[in-house]
Amino acid sequence: MKKKLKLYLTLFTSTFYLSAFTFGGGYVIIPLMKKRFVDNLHWLEEEEMLNLTAIAQSSPGAVAVNAAILLGWRVAGIVGAAISILGTVLPPLLILSALSVAYTAFRDNQLVQAVLHGMQAGIVAVIADVVWTMGQKIVAQKKAVSIFIMLGAFVANCIFKVNLMLIILACGALGALTGFLDRKGAKQE
Amino acid sequence: MIYLQLFWSFFQVGLFSFGGGYAAMPLIQQQVVQHYSWLSMPEFTDLITISQMTPGPIAINSATFVGMRIAGFGGALIATLGCILPSCIIVGALAFLYFRYRGIPVIQDVLEGLRPAVVALIAAAGITIAVSAFWSSGGISLTNTDWKSMLLFVAAFVVLRIKKWDPIFIMVGTGAIGGIIYFMR
Repeated sequence: MKKKLKLYLTLFTSTFYLSAFTFGGGYVIIPLMKKRFVDNLHWLEEEEMLNLTAIAQSSPGAVAVNAAILLGWRVAGIVGAAISILGTVLPPLLILSALSVAYTAFRDNQLVQAVLHGMQAGIVAVIADVVWTMGQKIVAQKKAVSIFIMLGAFVANCIFKVNLMLIILACGALGALTGFLDRKGAKQE
Repeated sequence: MIYLQLFWSFFQVGLFSFGGGYAAMPLIQQQVVQHYSWLSMPEFTDLITISQMTPGPIAINSATFVGMRIAGFGGALIATLGCILPSCIIVGALAFLYFRYRGIPVIQDVLEGLRPAVVALIAAAGITIAVSAFWSSGGISLTNTDWKSMLLFVAAFVVLRIKKWDPIFIMVGTGAIGGIIYFMR
């Protein structure tokens, strides 16, 4: 029981802490979650973190909240999901509630803008670091399809601005197709 | 009554926004500005600016902000609840299915196809933020480059690769340096 409470507490403080520093959209929290839950706490494997992210991205709603639900569930069932939702939602809820009263002063503050601008450089570094590590692993598998999907999805999203859902659908279908062909080939041999 | 409207309005935002914050923005605008006139268009623009300056998903930030202005903290709570409820139901169901059936070969194959795509999408998000960090004055060119920001990025990246520091420590650090640069100007 005590062990379980400790797990809940770690889950809550981790999600709260990450959410409080997630500036700039859902994809910023994913690298942070990966570092915290995969590299630090060893609660799950990197591969599973990517699975959960894929599901979070394919579902409606905020990616950060969706990822929190899946992660919490993975670590401690439904109770875990509830706890990590709470941890993820509380920081923006509290901060925006406080700010809504006097937001113009905050919005026009030059120092706040300078700090946020500096922070962006740090966020790019965190994302670059995580992408580097995960991309390397995908390349190291030496599976042509995976490498093709990674490059293709990047070009489609970044350069051609293809709808995210289309990219997800296409890559999932491609994965199913190659898996099917692989198994068929294995049977015939 | 107003609570019910807030709840329902943000429930729809939560239900129909696929693909992150920028997909949610037009939905929020439609509900909050056009349909209910809870915010004027300039106020909505302010809301988006503040959302980008504060942590958290845009949808949650908007729900809290609008709820708070229309009906106080209770309104903020109700609107936020409405916003996350679709996620709770749909992702909850998917979580249940995933943890039960993830061993099935077809599911494995689909996920195998999605994993490299997810890495690519994270990289693409990084590029978007990088453009705003290094070329905030608009237009990507050498003369336009914010070299201080670029230097900050390279330093942070090297530290992250060599030391296993907490990434949030890195973010707070680069933010603090940004503040110091502002004072030195």
